[in-house]
Amino acid sequence: MHEEISIRKARALGIAFIIFGFAVLALFLPGTAADQTTTFTFNLSSSEAIEIPPLTVGTRMALYFTALLSVALGMWQLAKGFKRVYLVLTFVSLLFVLAFLAWAAKGKSMNLTGMLQSTLLRAIPITLAGLSGVLCERSAVINIGIEGMMLAGAFVSALVGSVTQSYWWGLLAALLAGGLFGALLAVLAIRYKVDQIIAGTAINILATGLTSYFSSRYLQVHQELNHPPTFQPISIPLLGNIPILGPIFFNHTLLVYVTLILVVLIHIILFYTRWGLRTRAVGEHPRAADTLGINVFKVRYVNVIAGGIVAGLGGAYLVLSSVARFDELMTAGKGFIGLAAMIFGKWTPFGAFGASMIFGFADSLQTKLAILSVPIPSQFLLMAPYLVTMIVLAGVVGQANPPAADGQPYEKE
Amino acid sequence: MPPVLELKGITKRFPGVLANDHIDLTLNEGEVLALLGENGAGKSTLMNILYGLYTPDEGEVYIRGKKVEIEGPSDAIAQGIGMVHQHFMLIPVLTVTENVMLGMESVKYGLFLDQAKAAKRVAELSHKYSLDVDPDALVGDLPVGIQQRVEIIKLLYRSADILILDEPTAVLTPQEVEGLFEVIRSLVAQGKSIIFISHKLKEVLEISDRIVVLRRGKVVGETRPQESDERKLAAMMVGREVILQVPKGPAHPGEKVLEVEDLYVLNEQEQIAVDGISFSVRAGEIVGVAGVQGNGQTELVEALTGLRPIVEGTIRVAGQEVTNATPRTITEAGTAHIPEDRQRDGLVLSYPIADNLILNTYYLPPVAKGMVMQREVIFSIAERLVKEYDVRTPSILTPAGNLSGGNQQKVIVARELSRPVKLIIASQPTRGLDVGSIEYIHSQLVKKRDEGVAVFVVSAELDEIMSLADRIIVMFEGKIMDIVPAEKATKEELGLLMAGVHPTDAAAEAEKEAVA
Repeated sequence: MHEEISIRKARALGIAFIIFGFAVLALFLPGTAADQTTTFTFNLSSSEAIEIPPLTVGTRMALYFTALLSVALGMWQLAKGFKRVYLVLTFVSLLFVLAFLAWAAKGKSMNLTGMLQSTLLRAIPITLAGLSGVLCERSAVINIGIEGMMLAGAFVSALVGSVTQSYWWGLLAALLAGGLFGALLAVLAIRYKVDQIIAGTAINILATGLTSYFSSRYLQVHQELNHPPTFQPISIPLLGNIPILGPIFFNHTLLVYVTLILVVLIHIILFYTRWGLRTRAVGEHPRAADTLGINVFKVRYVNVIAGGIVAGLGGAYLVLSSVARFDELMTAGKGFIGLAAMIFGKWTPFGAFGASMIFGFADSLQTKLAILSVPIPSQFLLMAPYLVTMIVLAGVVGQANPPAADGQPYEKE
Repeated sequence: MPPVLELKGITKRFPGVLANDHIDLTLNEGEVLALLGENGAGKSTLMNILYGLYTPDEGEVYIRGKKVEIEGPSDAIAQGIGMVHQHFMLIPVLTVTENVMLGMESVKYGLFLDQAKAAKRVAELSHKYSLDVDPDALVGDLPVGIQQRVEIIKLLYRSADILILDEPTAVLTPQEVEGLFEVIRSLVAQGKSIIFISHKLKEVLEISDRIVVLRRGKVVGETRPQESDERKLAAMMVGREVILQVPKGPAHPGEKVLEVEDLYVLNEQEQIAVDGISFSVRAGEIVGVAGVQGNGQTELVEALTGLRPIVEGTIRVAGQEVTNATPRTITEAGTAHIPEDRQRDGLVLSYPIADNLILNTYYLPPVAKGMVMQREVIFSIAERLVKEYDVRTPSILTPAGNLSGGNQQKVIVARELSRPVKLIIASQPTRGLDVGSIEYIHSQLVKKRDEGVAVFVVSAELDEIMSLADRIIVMFEGKIMDIVPAEKATKEELGLLMAGVHPTDAAAEAEKEAVA
C-alpha cells in the first residue's frame, strides 16, 4: 500500500511533465513563424566588467527544444523515476517559463538580466512582509495585519521624510509606526485574546482608513508633504562589476541590502540562538515552555513588535527606495502575498525569500509583457502575481505544517 | 534531619469546588511516595501548586526544613523540584537536546546555542541513570516510553532532587512500565526522592515505599504496601467496598454481527494507519482491542463508524455492507458508538442534556413530527433516561459541559444504548472516569452482551480489556498481531504482542541465546 500511493504520485508527476511539453507546443507554436527569432540580452549598463554577447535563437527551435526536453523527462519519470523528482519539477517549470519568454519576445529582444533585477526589487517588499509573518507566527501569533502595518509605514515615511527632508528620519518613523501597530496587535492578541484574524483585519481597516484620510486631506493638497528624498543605489565595489550577478544583486539602495541581510540574520536568530529556540518552543507548545520557566507572553510581545517593525520597513521601502511618494492603498496586497510567501516557504526566512522571488518574477514578467505588447489583455497580465499566489498556495505547497500552536492565545492555568 | 519536602495545610478553592482541603504531606529523602486517588481527588492540583502552576489559597511549603514561596515553575526548578506531567511537555519537532536545554540553554560566544555541550551533558545523564536516550533524535520520532525518559532527563539536567511523576504509566505498555520502574529504582538509589501519582492500585503497591490516599481534596489515609492490598486501597480511595473484577458469566456467541475484511485506512498524514486487517465480532460476545495508543485503533474505530474514508476492504454490520457509508446509515444499521473523545465527538457541550440525548433520533418520530421537534416528547424521554441511566444532574436542561466526566459518559451511554442496537463500538469507554462510573459502564456493556449484542471495545488500559473482553485483538502498527481468547491471555504475552513481538519468537530467541 505504501508503495502504491507513492507510485501513483510519481506517475502523476511524470504525466504532468509530458503535458507541460505538449502545452508548450499547443499554446505557443501556432502563432510563431518559421523564420522568427528571439534575442536574449544580458547587459544592463556599462558597469559590468565584461560584456556578454546577446543570445539569438530561432523561436520555433527554442519551443521544440523545451517541449521535447519536458516530454523526455516525463517519459524517464514514468519508466524509471527520478530520485529527486521535485528538483526535476522545478526544472520543467523553468523550461515552461523559458518557452513562454521565447514566444513572448519573438521577433524582438528581451533583457534577462534586467528582468531578474526587477524581480529582486519587486520581491523585496514581499520578502519583508514574509519575514514579518515568520517572526510573528513562529511565536504562534497570526499576523494578518501586515498589509496595514506596511501601509502605515509607507505613509509615515513619506510624510516625515518630506517634512524633515531626510530619508533617515522617514525610515525611522516608518519603523516606529510599524512597531506601534505590531504592539497594538500584540496587546489585542496576547493580552485580550481577541481572535487574531479579526484583530489583524481590524488593523488593516484602521491603517487603510487613517492613511487614506490623511493622504487625501493633506498629502494630495500639499504636494510638498508628499515628496520625500530617496535612498540612492550604491554599487558594491568589485561585486557590482560581475556580469549578470552584479546588476542583479550588488547595485541597489541600502534598504535592499538591509532586507537581504535580514533574511540571513533572522535565520540565524531563529535557529542558532537562545531567543530563537524559545520562540520556536513557544510557537509549538507554549505550556511546555511555560513549565520550564520561559515567559510565553514576553516572547510573543517581542516577536510581534519586531514583526511590526519589519513590516514598517517594507512600507518605507515602497516609498523611500522606489516611487518617492505615498499613494492610497499603494501596498496593493503585498502584505498578503508576503503571508503566502511565508507559508510557501514553510515558515523559514530563506523559504519566504525564495517564494517572494517567484512572486516578484510574476510581477516583473507582467510589466515586461505589457511592454512587449503580447496578445494577452493587460488586465490578465496584472493578475499574474495574484494568480501565481493562488496556484502556489492551492497546489504546489501541499501540506504545510505551521507552528503547532499558531493562532491560539495562551492562557496560564 | 528534616524531611526533603513538607506541605502544611495546603488549601485551594476553585469556583464551586474545594480541590485541596488542608493537606499535609511529607516526603523523606530517597523514598518513593505514592499519591493515590481517583480523578478529581485533588492529586494534580496539589502537585501543580508544588510546581508553582497554581497559587494556594492557604498553606506553606517547606524544603529541607526551610519555608519557601513558589510563585512559578522557575521558583520550583530553583528549589530542585521537577515534574513529569501527565501530558508530556515536549516539543515534537525539536531534538532531545533542544527539548532538554530549553530554558537553560548552553551558549557559546554569549549568543549562539552550544548544542554539542548540551548534548554531551544529556548523554552523560542518560548513561548515569541508564536511560538510553539518543540526544540527537527528534522527539516526535521517539516511542512514548522514551519520550518519558526525555522528560526525566529534563529534570535531571536542572539538578532536580524531588521528582514528581504525574500518572506516568497511563501511556505505557506493561514492558515499558517495568522499564520505568527500573529507572525509578535507579534514581532513588542515587538519592533522589520521588512522588508517584497514580490511580492504579497494582503499580502503587509495587513501586512505592509509602502510600498517601486522597479523596475529595483531603488526605484520608496513609499506609505502606506491606500492610495493604488492592481491596483495602480501593476502599480507601472510593470510600466504600468496590468490585474490582467485572462480574460476568461465560459468553454465548451467536452469528457474526460485525465483519471486517482486509481493511486499509489512512491517517491525517496520508500514511497507512490500519494495514489490511480482518476480524469479526459475534452477537453475545465482547471483543477487546489492546494496543499502545497510536497503533491504528483510533482510525479503525473512525472507519467502522463512518467518520474516516476507507481505502480498501469491506465492512458489514448484520449482513449489510456499510463500507464508506455515512455515519447515519451505520447508526441505522444498528450500531451504537461511544467515541474516544467524549467532549469532542460524543456531546455538544453547550447543548442541554435533553438535546444531547436525542442527537441520533432527532429526525425520527416520535421526537420529530415532520420538520417540527416535539419538546414534550424530548423532555419525557430525557427524564426517563436520566433516571434509568443514573445521570446525576440538577436538571435535564443543564448543559452537558457542566457535568462531571462520569456523568457525561453516562449521557452518551444512555443515548446510544437506549435504542435497539445490534453492535456497540466503544472506544476508551472509561478513560478518566472514577471507579464508581467505571463499574457502571462495564456492567452496562456486559448486560448488553448477555442480551445478545455484539460489543467491540478499544482501550489503552490492558487491565480493562483483560477483564471485560471475551476475545482480545492485539494491534501493532496498524496490523493485528494476534487474536487470543481472554481466559488464556497473560499480561506478559499481551505486552509482548503490543510491542510487536510474537511471544513464540521471543521464547525461541531466548532459547537460542541460552544454547549459545
